[in-house]
Amino acid sequence: MHFRFTESAIDTESARRELQTSSAGGYVSFEGWVRDLNEGQEVTRLEYEAFQELAVKEGDRIVAEALRRFPVKHALCIHRVGSLKIRDMAVWVGVSSVHRGEAFDACRFIIDEVKHRVPIWKKEHYRSGDSGWVNCERCAAAPQHSHAEPEHAEHHHERVAVLNPK
Amino acid sequence: MSSSSPVYGLILAGGSSRRMNRDKATLEYQGKTQLDRAFELASRHVTQVFVSVRADQTLDPTRAQRPMIVDSVGGEGPIAGIRSALAAHPKAAWLVLACDLPYLSDAALDYLLRRRDAAAFATAYTSAHDGLPEPLCAIWEPSAAEALADYQAGGGHCPRKFLIRHGARLLEPQDTRALENVNTPEEYRQAIATLDQAPMQLKIQYYALMREQAGRSEETLETSASTPAGLYQELAARYGFTLSRDQLKVAVNSEFSDWSRKLNVGDAVVFIPPVAGG
Repeated sequence: MHFRFTESAIDTESARRELQTSSAGGYVSFEGWVRDLNEGQEVTRLEYEAFQELAVKEGDRIVAEALRRFPVKHALCIHRVGSLKIRDMAVWVGVSSVHRGEAFDACRFIIDEVKHRVPIWKKEHYRSGDSGWVNCERCAAAPQHSHAEPEHAEHHHERVAVLNPK
Repeated sequence: MSSSSPVYGLILAGGSSRRMNRDKATLEYQGKTQLDRAFELASRHVTQVFVSVRADQTLDPTRAQRPMIVDSVGGEGPIAGIRSALAAHPKAAWLVLACDLPYLSDAALDYLLRRRDAAAFATAYTSAHDGLPEPLCAIWEPSAAEALADYQAGGGHCPRKFLIRHGARLLEPQDTRALENVNTPEEYRQAIATLDQAPMQLKIQYYALMREQAGRSEETLETSASTPAGLYQELAARYGFTLSRDQLKVAVNSEFSDWSRKLNVGDAVVFIPPVAGG
């Protein structure tokens, strides 16, 4: 299994250990965080919901694709569901490999595909008291955006860690 | 213009049913042969219906109870049946129906007849599988007689290729299942199961915006919709879903699915609004 959900905080330390292997010269990870501002609205919290039965299958397929496309050692993606506060981590991707280049590529591939393909939804709650399902309400008049989240709607800062790069 | 020409019905029952290993006209659904079902269905829409048969089938008990048109021109096969009907009643147009369409509905025939284009050689549905014309659930006009004769004289024998080459008024099926044909014993078993249990029970699960708009996270319901597309139309009308179908994906039994897939009893359906993971 290369993809899983958690209802509590993502334990990145133990996830990282799952990727370790003597032949890996480094590891790349991506963390998606809940941000306080989206499209000019102040966000107070997010609710994540998933169709888990299909999401785990599709997530596994994405990571398996990454392992076929890039010569990396191990890869794993963990997504959180439930109610998240600002600064909480919503998603974590980790990839270990012999060299760093393919680890970056595989990590980027996995997070991009997960965002577009896996049946996960988030509802934003705003300081104004409003709330809305991302990509479903304001974009309802623009069907060409379906299943392709526009860049400006991203909810997290990006943090990339590289340990022991060769 | 032949727009005033009457439409008669022609049930093609001369096929050899090779893959079925049984005469398709005699297959029974809900206690009735497919020939009788097709005949009665057509009779609800046109004033006269005939059964198209080969010369060696005129004494067959399933067929002999009905008015028949025996192949008289064009050798054997569906074109012979259509040409023989056009020759027997040269002023009539023909609602031609194959004898292996157990899901065919009144709605599908009504839609076809209402959109008849008497100026074309034929008015036909397109196949949900490949978009090509379906010549054996179609209205053939008197003007096609001569062109069909020329086509056969040139070595042609396929009514679908004839329509592709000569053009026809084409209609997209409203219910793709209505045109599903039954060729194999397995398809026959499925059709029996489906028809016996219609309307069928399905399980629907709702997520995110759809859950809020439906006011529930799941339900079991009876529907006569046969595809996810039909089901979405029905539920969107019931719950006022704001997302249009082309913004959604659909899953059946926890796997992504086509909108035109045939639903079976007990299937679990999930409509998937635009995703937003990460």
